[in-house]
Amino acid sequence: MEGKIEKKSGIRTNAILLALVSVMVLFEILIRAEGKGSLFAPANISNLINQNAYVVILAVGMLLCILTGGNIDLSVGSIVCLVGAVAGTLIVNMGMNIYLAIIICLLFGILLGAWQGYWIAYVRIPPFIVTLAGMLLFRGLANVILNGLTISPFPENYLRLFTSYIPESDNDALQMTVSLSVAGVICILYVISEIASRKDKIRKGYATESSGAMITKTVLICAFAMAFATLLGLHKGLPIVLVWLAVIIFVYGYFTNRTVPGRYFYAMGGNEKAAVLSGIDTNKVLFFAYTNMAFLSAIAALVCCARFNSATPSAGTSYEMDAIGSCFIGGASAYGGSGTVGGAIVGALLMGVLNNGMSILGIDANWQKAVKGLVLLAAVIFDVLSKKRRKND
Amino acid sequence: MDDIILEMKHITKTFPGVRALDDVSLSVRRGEIHAICGENGAGKSTLMKVLSGVYPFGSYEGEIIYDGKPCAFQSIRDSEKTGIVIIHQELALVPMLSIGENMFLGNEQGTKFNIDWNETYGKADQYLKLVGLHENSHTLIKDLGVGKQQLVEIAKALAKDVKLLILDEPTASLNEEDSKHLLDLLLGFKKKGMTSIIISHKINEIAYCADSVTIMRDGAVIREMTKEEGFDEKTIVNAMVGRDLAHRFPQRVPNIGPVVFEVKDWTVYHPTYHDKKVCNDISITLRKGEILGISGLMGAGRTEFAMSLFGHSYGTNITGHTYINGKEVVMKSPKEAIEHKLSYVTEDRKGNGLILPEPITTNTTLSSLYKIVKKGRKITIDRDMEVNEAKKYIKEMGTKCSSHEQIVSNLSGGNQQKVLLGKWLFAEPDILFLDEPTRGIDVGAKYEIYCLMNSIVEKGKSIIMISSEMPELLGMCDRIYVMSEGRIAGELTHEEATQEKILTMILNSEKGRVNLDGRKD
Repeated sequence: MEGKIEKKSGIRTNAILLALVSVMVLFEILIRAEGKGSLFAPANISNLINQNAYVVILAVGMLLCILTGGNIDLSVGSIVCLVGAVAGTLIVNMGMNIYLAIIICLLFGILLGAWQGYWIAYVRIPPFIVTLAGMLLFRGLANVILNGLTISPFPENYLRLFTSYIPESDNDALQMTVSLSVAGVICILYVISEIASRKDKIRKGYATESSGAMITKTVLICAFAMAFATLLGLHKGLPIVLVWLAVIIFVYGYFTNRTVPGRYFYAMGGNEKAAVLSGIDTNKVLFFAYTNMAFLSAIAALVCCARFNSATPSAGTSYEMDAIGSCFIGGASAYGGSGTVGGAIVGALLMGVLNNGMSILGIDANWQKAVKGLVLLAAVIFDVLSKKRRKND
Repeated sequence: MDDIILEMKHITKTFPGVRALDDVSLSVRRGEIHAICGENGAGKSTLMKVLSGVYPFGSYEGEIIYDGKPCAFQSIRDSEKTGIVIIHQELALVPMLSIGENMFLGNEQGTKFNIDWNETYGKADQYLKLVGLHENSHTLIKDLGVGKQQLVEIAKALAKDVKLLILDEPTASLNEEDSKHLLDLLLGFKKKGMTSIIISHKINEIAYCADSVTIMRDGAVIREMTKEEGFDEKTIVNAMVGRDLAHRFPQRVPNIGPVVFEVKDWTVYHPTYHDKKVCNDISITLRKGEILGISGLMGAGRTEFAMSLFGHSYGTNITGHTYINGKEVVMKSPKEAIEHKLSYVTEDRKGNGLILPEPITTNTTLSSLYKIVKKGRKITIDRDMEVNEAKKYIKEMGTKCSSHEQIVSNLSGGNQQKVLLGKWLFAEPDILFLDEPTRGIDVGAKYEIYCLMNSIVEKGKSIIMISSEMPELLGMCDRIYVMSEGRIAGELTHEEATQEKILTMILNSEKGRVNLDGRKD
């Protein structure tokens, strides 16, 4: 894993990872001291994943918007609500085939995004305004569709797509076996790809990290994966939503890091004029960012419908703030041009752990909000100060 | 005998890598109009920024004596207190505020917590009358033309109780009529005892209004002339010229082939002022292996011309034809221009060229990322290939850097320019536009850039070089087009070109235009 993005914000991502670990350890100590179980209880880990799946999905989309120049999308929560309402109407009220309904919902999400993207990218209306309008418009439409009522319950086969576990069995031994073997396979694949990349580098004569460092890193990552899998194995197995998350993270991580269009996002956020003169159609980049954001919001909507087993008028409230916060905590620049998918996800997890830990401790919901606000500010202050220090060096 | 209001003694100012001012001394008599002229980068604006406190005391060497007292300005505010007001080339007015509000911005009438608007607008109207601007002081700045905005700036300076007014290229964006009005205004103020320093490229204007002239070149004063000694356009031009051109430019044996690029009847309008022609019916040809120069003063439309050719990246309502190797091509976006093997290396490398917070590698490959895509994959970037290419161009350009991963904002100007050049050579152009390729870089780096240019044309590519430094054009180009006010004023071969001829062409074309305008009106 060489290259610009890792190098540039590597320190930052590691710092936020360290923050995540220390927050987890802190909560573990506090929770144990209060005698309220453990943050690392298998059921709670599983719960953490299910609770925060939507934030991770939205943060990935928001990162692309922010990369284009610090632009944010405020309509995310309302799109989650609106697509959820459509899904509920199609699946529950009309009894449509769930796969067809899912495709319709995703297309509908893309349409909503294209609507906003057009105004933002081609008419160049500030994203803040367009998506603020969208936030009101889509929430209103959702409530019109729902008529102010909650639609539920969703059919079993739909819920299974997003809330079940692998394997779908009550056998504890089987759950552990499957969980561990999946992790094992992933570890083996990881080790193989690391070795292959190292060999390739040596063959082409590029610099490589020392073999000791590489072995330590690999062992740590594999150990973490196996421990994580063990915890999941102790509670029902792998949550299926984790599989969806893995797919999304992989696709977008690869897109931003390794592809030509992905590079356009960083170029546009870094210096839009230079990007235009380099033959990049920045309008298209902006259009894609917002269309994609709405597409991912639609996925998040489907996940949320399944998790709450209902489509409600208040669904998705303030989800946009969680997504934006995750990106900035994860080291994305508020002016665009820098930030990683990995960072955004760690940011989302940090927010998730804060929520979860404080809930277990029984801290008042209002205080939870206040703490999250301070953490967001602290993360950005840290970012700004460390950049200043680097400049002065 | 002479009443000296301002004396600047032995001013030296250095920027990292560049000595912008080298032991410059200047003295201005009370009540005169003192002109400073010289090429771009001669140090005129820097000198005025030292004077007005933009560069605070201590950041330069030498001393400033104003009204008999030594000065140590820390900021513009300090210099304004003593009555020195500078009007920058880019006007510093807030478009969405009214004339009155702008005029007293930072100098508000009334008390801190209660602005006296009657006083503000009342006084503003008086100052507007003084500068001969017939506008209501409630009018918003954005509704005024550039000429009137310039007058508002002057009125604003008057409101600050100005004793020494400095104007940096005040007429650069004005038409003849507005320019004349402005100069006459200065002459009027002179009668009332005000002192002005005017920086201008337009030699005819200097000859018209100035009492004394200081000519600068390469950060040093070359010559001073006063009205008593007598000067005219010709003596100014002569004084500006006269540098040893030998050994500053690497030798090259031109190997010039057939015409590769031709532009016919190219007309471009200003993107915001739709009735203003920026390029007016331009036709040029470029041959294989040729370095073609485009000379002209600031605002002549050279950059705009090049950018509009490069995939319509400037201007609106563009008409005209472009031919590559005899075939007509239409390039409506930078992408299409790059595909037709054109490259444009911008004059503004920080604003339009490089992505400063990114490393050399990603900057180098940005202009044609698809060239580093993995074989058989549509969009996946091959990092190793990218690093290899970046290293290749670092070596070829002789860029001095710690590694290919170095962030470009940490490089010196000359090295940034090399990265930018490498970026556009990576696109493998046949026709390369170089817009002020040596602006703001030191002499050594300039020589290296010249050598690179020679090696580029030796490979059979062609270069169009835009430069405000005439010696550079004379030293490097096989042929030079002279541009003035959006038109081609003439064409000179390497052998016939001299600075005098270029300046004369520009002067003649400007005079011609005045006459034409006069007849029209």
